[in-house]
Amino acid sequence: MEGTKIKIAVLSGKGGTGKTLVAVNLAAIAKNSVYIDCDVEEPNGHLFFKPEQLKRHDISVKIPVVDEKLCTGCRSCVAFCKFNALAYINHKLMVFDEICHSCGGCSLFCPEKALSEREKVIGVVQNGKSEDVRVISGIMNVGETSGVPIIKEILKYANEYQDITVIDCPPGSACTVMESIKDADYCILVAEPTLFGVHNLNMVHDLVTLFNKPYGVVLNKCVQSENPAETYCTEKNINVLGKILFDNELGTINSNGLIAIRQSDKYFDVFNQLLHKVSEEVQHETVVNP
Amino acid sequence: MKQLLILSGKGGTGKTTMATAFIKLSSATAYADCDVDAPNLHLLMHQSAKAIESDYFGMPKAEINSQICVQCDLCRENCRFDAINFDDGYHVDPFVCEGCGVCEELCPVGAVSLKPEKAGDLMLYKEDVVFSRAQLKMGSGTSGMLVTEVKKSMKSAAEDAEFAIIDGSPGIGCPVIASLSGVDMVLIVAEPSISGIRDMERIIETARKFQARIAVCTNKFDTNIEIAESIEAFCKKNNLPFVGRVPFDLEAVEAINKGNSIIDSDSTSGFATRVVYKRTMELLSK
Amino acid sequence: MKIVMPVDDKTMETSVCQSFGRTPYFLIYETETKEHTFIDNSGAASQGGAGIKAAQVIVDQKAEVLLTPRCGENAAEVIKAANISIYKTMNQSVQNNINAYNTGTLPLLTEIHAGFHNHGGN
Repeated sequence: MEGTKIKIAVLSGKGGTGKTLVAVNLAAIAKNSVYIDCDVEEPNGHLFFKPEQLKRHDISVKIPVVDEKLCTGCRSCVAFCKFNALAYINHKLMVFDEICHSCGGCSLFCPEKALSEREKVIGVVQNGKSEDVRVISGIMNVGETSGVPIIKEILKYANEYQDITVIDCPPGSACTVMESIKDADYCILVAEPTLFGVHNLNMVHDLVTLFNKPYGVVLNKCVQSENPAETYCTEKNINVLGKILFDNELGTINSNGLIAIRQSDKYFDVFNQLLHKVSEEVQHETVVNP
Repeated sequence: MKQLLILSGKGGTGKTTMATAFIKLSSATAYADCDVDAPNLHLLMHQSAKAIESDYFGMPKAEINSQICVQCDLCRENCRFDAINFDDGYHVDPFVCEGCGVCEELCPVGAVSLKPEKAGDLMLYKEDVVFSRAQLKMGSGTSGMLVTEVKKSMKSAAEDAEFAIIDGSPGIGCPVIASLSGVDMVLIVAEPSISGIRDMERIIETARKFQARIAVCTNKFDTNIEIAESIEAFCKKNNLPFVGRVPFDLEAVEAINKGNSIIDSDSTSGFATRVVYKRTMELLSK
Repeated sequence: MKIVMPVDDKTMETSVCQSFGRTPYFLIYETETKEHTFIDNSGAASQGGAGIKAAQVIVDQKAEVLLTPRCGENAAEVIKAANISIYKTMNQSVQNNINAYNTGTLPLLTEIHAGFHNHGGN
C-alpha cells in the first residue's frame, strides 16, 4: 500500500461489538498509521493507546453576541432563527448558546450590524503518539448536543502524518457516522454473533451500500454455537474479512485497556492477517474503481 | 406514571437485555425504545399485532429550484454546513443541511425554499401493553425530538399505566438528554473495562446535569473483577446506590439469540438480574 | 393583573396543559375584569427551543403572572427577565387554579428543570 493514502473506517450498528478493538489493533499493527477516534461522545481509543507528547486544542463553534448600543429591537434576528435561540425581552436581546446551530444567519441579516460572533468551546482535539501510531481523539464536552463539528475537525488529520488512516466511528447509522465514513476508501463492519448484532449489521450494511463504499465484515466474539451474523453474511453474499473468536484472554487484555497485538503473539497474527486482507481488498478496489 | 430509564454511555453493555428483564419482571404495561438509531428492544419484546406507524418529520431541508436559480453562489458561499454543492447546477446535500434558512433568506430570486423532510418512522404497538419505538432514517441527524415523540406517544397511549420502562441510547448527546426528560430514575448498566468505567463517568455527569436520580449496576462483572470493584468503589464514593452485579453468561447470550430474555432460563445471570431488579424497584418506590 | 396559563383547548372547561413550551394554546385572564382570551402558541410546532418561543409569546402579551405545572430552564430565564412571576398549578382545572391564585394559595414554581434545550423535551 506504499505511496497510496488510504482511509479505513471501522463501524458497527450497535455499540460494544468490538469496533474500537478492531480499529485500535488495526492501526497499531499497520504501524506508521493515524488512528482517529470519531466516537466523540464516548471516545475510548486513547484509553488503549495512552498517547504521549500530547497536544490539545479546543474546538469551538460560533455564537452570536449583541452590541446593545446598536440593537434597535427590530427583532429580525428573532424572527429569522429557525432554532429559537434568540428572544427579545425587556428591550434586550437574549442569546441561548446551547440551542444555537451557528448558522450565522442572525448576524448576517441584522440591519443594524448589531450582532457579531464569538467562539464557544464545545470540545477538544487530543493529538499524540503511541509508539509509531499517531492518535487523534475528539472529545465532546458533557452537555453539548452535536459532535459533528468535532468530527469534521479531527478528520482533517486523516493522512496528515501517515499514509494509512484508521477511523473509529461512533455507533449507529446517524449523521455522525455518515460524516465519519464520507471520505473513507474502505469500510470494515464489525458484527457480534447475536440477534442484536445481525439487526444492526443490517443497518450499517444499508448505510455503506447507500454511500457506495466498498466494505467487508469482521465477525467478533465468535463462539461454537450458530452465528446469526455469519449466516446473514452468507445469505447476502458479504465478504467476511476475518473472525475473532470469543476468548477470555482477549477480553481481559481489552477490559484492562491494553492493545492485544502489543500483548500477545496470537493476536499479532490475527490482526496482521486482517490488515493484509484489508490491504488486498483496498488494492483490488483501486484497480476496479480507481 | 413512574418512569425508569436504562442507560449506559457505552454501547453493548446490556441495556436492552436489562430492559427486557425489567419489563418481564415488572409486567410493565408501557415501555419504549429510545434508541432510535439502532433499536433492538422489539427483537426481544415480540408483538403479535401490527404497529401503528406514523412519519416523523425533522428539520425542513433546503431545496434549490434550478429553473429559477441564477447561480450567484451566495447560498453556497454562506452555508456554514457546506451543504450546498455546485456541479451542473446548485444542489443541497439533504444529509448535511440543518434547515437554518440562511440560503432561503439570501437568495435574490427566491429559488431556495425549505421543504419538510421525513426523518424517521414512529411505531406504536397498542394491545394489552403499549410499546413505543422509532427508527431514524439512515444518515439523519441524531434526534432528541424523535426520542421525545417516542416517549410522548407511549405516555398518551398508556395514560393509566403506573409504571413504564424506557430503553435508552448509547452516548451522552442529544437523544440521551431528551430521553432523560421527565424520568423518575436512571439505571446505569456499566461494564467492567477501562472504556466502560470512563463512559459510565460521562453518563453520570450528564444525568446529574439534568437532576435525574441514579442507580448503577454492573453487567459481565466477572470479566474483570478488579475494575468491577473499582466501579463499586466509585459509586460508594459518589453516593450512588449500587444495585448489583450480573455475571457474564454464555447461556444468556444463547437465550437472547433465541429471542428470549435473560431471566427466562435458570441461569446465574438471570438470578443476578432479579436481584438488580428488586433493589432498583425498592429505590424507585422510595 | 394579567395571568396566563398553558391550556389544552380554547374553552374555560379545558385542562391545564402539562407542557409549557409545547402547549397548543395560552389562556389569558384579566383578574380585574374577569375577561379571558385564548391565543395560539406559535412555539408549539418548533423543532427546538419551543420553551423560548412560547415564553416570548406570553411576554409579548404583557402577561404579569404565569401559572404552569412545569417550566424549563430556558423558558424560565426569558420569563424572569420579563419580571413575570411563575406559580405552580395545583391540578388540571383552569378555574380552580385561577381561584387559588386569587386567594393567594398557589405556591411559586421553584423547581425549574434543567431544560432539554433543543431536544424537544418539555
